[in-house]
Amino acid sequence: MTASHRHLLQIEGMHPPQIEMMLDLAESYVLLNRSGKTQRDLLRGRTLINLFFEDSTRTRTSFELAGKRLGADVINMSVSNSSVNKGETLLDTAATLNAMMCDLLVVRHAQSGAPNLLAQKVDAAVINAGDGTHEHPTQALLDALTIRRRKGRLQGLIVAICGDVLHSRVARSNIHLLSAMGAIVRVVGPKTLIPAECARLGVEVFHDMTKGIAGADVVMMLRLQRERMSGGLVPSAREYFRFYGLDFEKLGNAKKDAIIMHPGPMNRGVEIDSAVADDPVRSVIKEQVEMGVAVRMAVLDILSRESRRNV
Amino acid sequence: MSDVLIENVRLIDPATGLDQHGALLVTSGRIADFGDALGRPEGVPVVDGNGGVLCPGLVDMRVELGEPGGEYRETIASAALAASAGGITTVAAMPDSAPAIDDPALVQLLRARGEETGRITIIPYGAATRGCLGEEISEYGLLREAGAVAFTDGARAIGSSRLMRLALSYASGFGAMIVQHPEDPELAQGGAATQGELSTRLGLPGIPAAAEAIIVARDVRLAEMTGGAVHFAHISTGEALDVIRRAKARGIKVTCDTAPPYFDLNETAIGDYRTYAKLSPPLRTEADRLAVLAGLADGTIDAIASDHQPRDPDDKRLPFAQAAAGGTGLATLLGVTLAQFHGGHLPLLRVLELLTAAPARLLGAEAGRLAKGAAADLCLFDLERVWQVNVGTLPGKAQNSPFDGRALEGRVAGTWKAGRRVHG
Repeated sequence: MTASHRHLLQIEGMHPPQIEMMLDLAESYVLLNRSGKTQRDLLRGRTLINLFFEDSTRTRTSFELAGKRLGADVINMSVSNSSVNKGETLLDTAATLNAMMCDLLVVRHAQSGAPNLLAQKVDAAVINAGDGTHEHPTQALLDALTIRRRKGRLQGLIVAICGDVLHSRVARSNIHLLSAMGAIVRVVGPKTLIPAECARLGVEVFHDMTKGIAGADVVMMLRLQRERMSGGLVPSAREYFRFYGLDFEKLGNAKKDAIIMHPGPMNRGVEIDSAVADDPVRSVIKEQVEMGVAVRMAVLDILSRESRRNV
Repeated sequence: MSDVLIENVRLIDPATGLDQHGALLVTSGRIADFGDALGRPEGVPVVDGNGGVLCPGLVDMRVELGEPGGEYRETIASAALAASAGGITTVAAMPDSAPAIDDPALVQLLRARGEETGRITIIPYGAATRGCLGEEISEYGLLREAGAVAFTDGARAIGSSRLMRLALSYASGFGAMIVQHPEDPELAQGGAATQGELSTRLGLPGIPAAAEAIIVARDVRLAEMTGGAVHFAHISTGEALDVIRRAKARGIKVTCDTAPPYFDLNETAIGDYRTYAKLSPPLRTEADRLAVLAGLADGTIDAIASDHQPRDPDDKRLPFAQAAAGGTGLATLLGVTLAQFHGGHLPLLRVLELLTAAPARLLGAEAGRLAKGAAADLCLFDLERVWQVNVGTLPGKAQNSPFDGRALEGRVAGTWKAGRRVHG
């Protein structure tokens, strides 16, 4: 994300110095947030629209808070399925947004590539807040920031991403970011939930969780959507938990100081045992949420720089 | 009228292997004579071919016309314009329109509408199943009598093994083949791109290459069992070609075609969610593209069709998985195929055979050859002329070409339908 990058659509293709720069800036926002101060002049008079075609509380709130802390006017637009069914297309929506003179557009959409399509048609800087099963770039950035703060580095760490990799945009963004930064990335899950040619993304694939998390510095759990079970990709929650749910027994194979991550919302007792999720020392799940706000402030800061210069 | 002498041309007739410099005389819309020593009959207009290739008008065995039911995408008149610009004089029309071509009257209608254009002969496919719904076979006998050349459900695969068996068996009694869209509907369900590294990176639901080979293998076996003839449309994978190659060697009645996207493009054309490159079957890997090319060279693939599928911009300006599949192909059929001649992969005679005599033979159509007394359906093209495909300026109504920006070598200079010049 240099000046030439107007949008943040995906991690794939980003270079390590760009990622490093984002994380450093986010770090400074962590300090700012902890100090209780704000920087409300930075985006004063700018409009940020949270355009969510899919339900989300966590990500939308995080962007809303990030925008407000920087002084932007934040508007939340939840586009329900009904207005999509009325025939309004994504590009109709784009035309509407252009007319509203929006500066920053945060998009979540159930279709992979929808933010890319919008970015071609709107004047605003587009930030992908999760598109289908493609990417969720700010999640990967906040995960990286969390890991870097706990471990002091990303290079050389063993990170095991476990669960429904097939349907996970979080997994894809993390794979791209962590591999680019020199971490050793493993993916762990039943064969039906690992995408085709996954190893070509530069990861090691494991179907045995015990082996997959052996020696890991970071164990990153993914949410298993309930509908995957009705789709027959996994026979039952109890079988899934037995073989792919994270409990202390399986965690014993990871490094002693391995941290536990989850992008939320969690299915306790399906992919993660409550005791593990709430472990005060090793679980960094709450910290991820805090880092999310700082990372999103950094992203809004960087993507608005060019237009701020032009004023 | 319709008399003309086209001279100073390279005459190529793939059906007979003719390839010589000369001239061709058209009298009353029919080929009167051709060769290297034709006189100039008095009063007959002369066209100088400038040394270009004169071959039979192209026979395109897979075209979606837009009519009936999809007129906002393409009409028979606009498709005919695009066909003329592409040197095509005979098109086989897909039956999965609205309504589907499952009634003899509709077959006759399409034939008549083709004649009205004065540009193309439409040879209609009949619906393999009523309404192309995949439930019960349609009236093959009556449809055949009305002029249907073969039976297919178009872009929809005949998924049921029982129904496919019935269709092959019943159609063989009327000497007609069943044309299959070879894709296992269940394995392909919801898919948007070929399954592999790229679909994983883009987060798009994948269609495995095996979805093609599985249906091909099943239908080859059913053809063997019933003695029926099966033809697979737009073959896109090496795996399926291996099955077809073996089946042919065993003497089973199996044939197949492919379309230019499958030997000219690979999956990377969909990079960054380009919906104009979203096709059905999806664009495949480079290895599959090379396998298709090998299949064309060794004769496993019998013909090349444009697989013309007109789409409206609104069908395409959507997130990739929601966008309609399909690309136009009439105007680019010859140019894209000639790239394989210029690239040294196929001899010129073979290229033209795949586009003329071969599809005509498969469909039993009286077209695709230079013969005295035959209708003067002709294509004159400049083998070296360079041009660029520019979406928005292509002839015809639909502009959804997957080849936007592609530079091509070889352009149609003139098209004649029954001796009447319809292009150039």
